[in-house]
Amino acid sequence: MNYNVNKKGYYGEFGGAYIPEMLYPNVEELRQNYLEVMAEESFQKEFRELLKDYVGRPTPLYFAKRLSEKYKTKIYLKREDLCHTGAHKINNTIGQILMAKRLGKTRIIAETGAGQHGVATATVCALMGLECIVFMGEIDIKRQAPNVARMKMLGAKVVPAISGSKTLKDATNETIRDWINNPVDTHYIIGSVVGPHPYPDMVARFQSVVSEEIKSQLNEKEGRENPDFVVACVGGGSNAAGAFYHYLDKPEVGIIAVEAAGKGIYSGESAATSALGKVGIIHGSKTLLMQTADGQITEPYSISAGLDYPGVGPMHANLFASGRGEFISITDDEAMQAGLELCKLEGIIPAIESSHALAIFETRKFKKDDVVVVNLSGRGDKDLETYIKHFNL
Amino acid sequence: MNRIQIELSENKKLLSIYFTAGYPKLDDTVEILQQLEKSGVNMVEIGLPFSDPLADGPTIQESSQEALKNGMTTDLLFQQLKDVRATVSIPMIIMGYFNPVLQFGVENFCKKCAEVGIDGLILPDLPLAEFEEHYSEIFKKHGLINIFLITPQTSEERIRQIDSASEGFIYMVSSASVTGSSDGFGTVQENYFERIASLSLTNPQIVGFGINNSETFLQATKNTNGAIIGSAFIKMLSVKGLCGISEFIDSIRKV
Repeated sequence: MNYNVNKKGYYGEFGGAYIPEMLYPNVEELRQNYLEVMAEESFQKEFRELLKDYVGRPTPLYFAKRLSEKYKTKIYLKREDLCHTGAHKINNTIGQILMAKRLGKTRIIAETGAGQHGVATATVCALMGLECIVFMGEIDIKRQAPNVARMKMLGAKVVPAISGSKTLKDATNETIRDWINNPVDTHYIIGSVVGPHPYPDMVARFQSVVSEEIKSQLNEKEGRENPDFVVACVGGGSNAAGAFYHYLDKPEVGIIAVEAAGKGIYSGESAATSALGKVGIIHGSKTLLMQTADGQITEPYSISAGLDYPGVGPMHANLFASGRGEFISITDDEAMQAGLELCKLEGIIPAIESSHALAIFETRKFKKDDVVVVNLSGRGDKDLETYIKHFNL
Repeated sequence: MNRIQIELSENKKLLSIYFTAGYPKLDDTVEILQQLEKSGVNMVEIGLPFSDPLADGPTIQESSQEALKNGMTTDLLFQQLKDVRATVSIPMIIMGYFNPVLQFGVENFCKKCAEVGIDGLILPDLPLAEFEEHYSEIFKKHGLINIFLITPQTSEERIRQIDSASEGFIYMVSSASVTGSSDGFGTVQENYFERIASLSLTNPQIVGFGINNSETFLQATKNTNGAIIGSAFIKMLSVKGLCGISEFIDSIRKV
């Protein structure tokens, strides 16, 4: 079975481009060009150079000795937290800004929840001297003041999304509306493997550098390219898509996707899409999403803003539906404990998103000689306030 | 022939009104329909509210949220429309987003539409290719017309494709915008209307987005077969309620 996108833009039954006609020319232009542009030698050269010299790649694959001792298995951490701007998000924004330039776009728009993707977008816009407008839910603007300030310092305009629930999904709606209103000069840098085809595939390809590096680094350390398991947290799913990408069609590699259970899967305050979602359409893609029986999209909850999305990318929906991926949900408390544990055992303060992936070791047991790679997608500086509150630090 | 086709064959400048079902009050749907017909409106679009209406501006989004808060559901809308054909005879279209239809079941949705006397559907986020591959047979079986949109950015090749897939009318989005965001039409729009007219398409065209008074209605219908008013009508409802309907329609038709 093939777990990658097919010619029509689907992963199994998931994906496609369910967009209003107003967006058709933009999305179609991208669809027709993205593979060709990405294959250009000059594109690859510029992309690779920026990843190396600007982002700081390759990021280390670090053997977490004390964590491994505690959980009696071999745990490696892929250190995406060491990327410039503090998370994997920038792999995608570097790729997309180069794409936008080659398509002749002069204006960049993006959505952001916690502000990580907004910062990564504002960063590459500053780097390339392009106009940048970031849509962010009014409530998130209040919750994430430091990231709002970062975006402003980087020259971006931050526009509050005041519709709906005033969070990430509404910021996404507003960004799509802006694109409808500015169809010619604007490129929309989507921050995850969501949205209409070709976005999920394009973003996955830009993020695939993560598993590309894991392969060669693991070969150096363990004498083999394939771990027994690769683990990543999933909100929309871009860091997971990057970490899984080169292992999708290698059945000997177990794929573990970790979702946010919030206050408990069935508490009514959760973002565990694989457990709670049904097939539907969100932001132009057919995928699993949390919704009412009547097809209204519901508001998710997680302590981690990056996992607080009511859907998952179509690649992940297919990994779930086909059984290729193992899906685990982790509550707020479990994630916070795992985050603190990584600080104490390894001297690394992880993003709360990544802490969800780390939390599986409490319940999901591995064999002693299993090689388990966890994608440490981001650093925890942005989450200090949440850590302080949670642990009364 | 379907009511939409009959109306279009008789009426060259039709006025169509969009409103959100369940707004301002949950049970206003049928009375709004009756009043619109009485006021001389030629066709209606009943908006099925959705939590995340991507192609709509703030006015329609707010009315949708209000309607959902009032308790509007797909089931309830069909219940409300159960006997509507006893009192309303103008063509009726349901306009909504694809996800609620998908959850209801496309076949089931179309069957219910046929039962209550709906003539067509506008589902902006159901793309042409998906419709043709998976759903056109179901629509046909239940006598429903699917309406496609074109915009100023739609290529001629695609317009021709849409024209051949259409059987009622083509919904011309007046400008690159979401609903309710235009103030007046300039030469850009007029050139666009003329350009589309010169293509001699098989299907009549009806303009939507940005029509809010008699002036824009006249401009929009100069080269087309009609115009649709949505946000401006909802704004009026939010201020004056149902008793403002006939006055509003008169003001559009005054010239």
